[in-house]
Amino acid sequence: MKIILNNREEEFDKDFLTVSEMLESKKFSFRMRIIKINGELISKEKYDSAEIKDGDIVQMLYLMSGG
Amino acid sequence: MRFSDIENHLNKFKVGIAGAGGLGSNCAVSLARTGVGTLVIADFDKIELSNISRQFYFIDQVGMMKTVALKENLKRIRPEINVVTHQTVLSEKNITSVFRECQVIVEAFDRSDMKQMFIETVQKELAGIPLIVGSGLAGWGNTEALKFRKIDETLYICGDEMSEATDDYPPLAPRVCIVANMQANAVIEILMSKL
Repeated sequence: MKIILNNREEEFDKDFLTVSEMLESKKFSFRMRIIKINGELISKEKYDSAEIKDGDIVQMLYLMSGG
Repeated sequence: MRFSDIENHLNKFKVGIAGAGGLGSNCAVSLARTGVGTLVIADFDKIELSNISRQFYFIDQVGMMKTVALKENLKRIRPEINVVTHQTVLSEKNITSVFRECQVIVEAFDRSDMKQMFIETVQKELAGIPLIVGSGLAGWGNTEALKFRKIDETLYICGDEMSEATDDYPPLAPRVCIVANMQANAVIEILMSKL
């Protein structure tokens, strides 16, 4: 499948991935983040169940301590 | 457009600020100077001596509640500003009632887990209210890495999304104030678009 991740096209071998699987396959290691799939915010409790499919627009932002 | 027209327009609005540390206090000062009518500020902390390195407080305010001291400082800048303070720990339970009347909300927490909880709650419970997040501001230099991103009509992010503040990599005034003012600038942009 092909998705748009933060405005860039990304290709994966699978037909769909959960958010957790996508994070693992991209080796995104930051702990705190916000993820939206097609504009809908996915809360952290749903990372293991929410699915990303072909054509989805995924936005991710990283949350760093300090403020 | 003259400054007096800008001030008169901004005077109609209410802006929420979650946290009165480095981001929140400096962002509030810029919003006050520009003319925002009401600031709703929530924080639970007292001012410590170490905060003076980057937060908008003074030595003789050490030990005061941040909400009380910030209100005092904002009133010294613009006496007519309306400052609503909430001396409270923000959580899923009270975020909605504290910020429901705001037209824009600024996320200005220190800890990343609090940032996550706040963003998730505001986006769910106060859907439609634009939220300006600060993330990634520790250290010095690297100004070109600090950026402003619009995710959608309700979510904006300021910072480098990389530099985590730690004891050995502290936040310093210049980058903290740059990000705080990027947030203030985003607030002004959103409110000026409501002309």
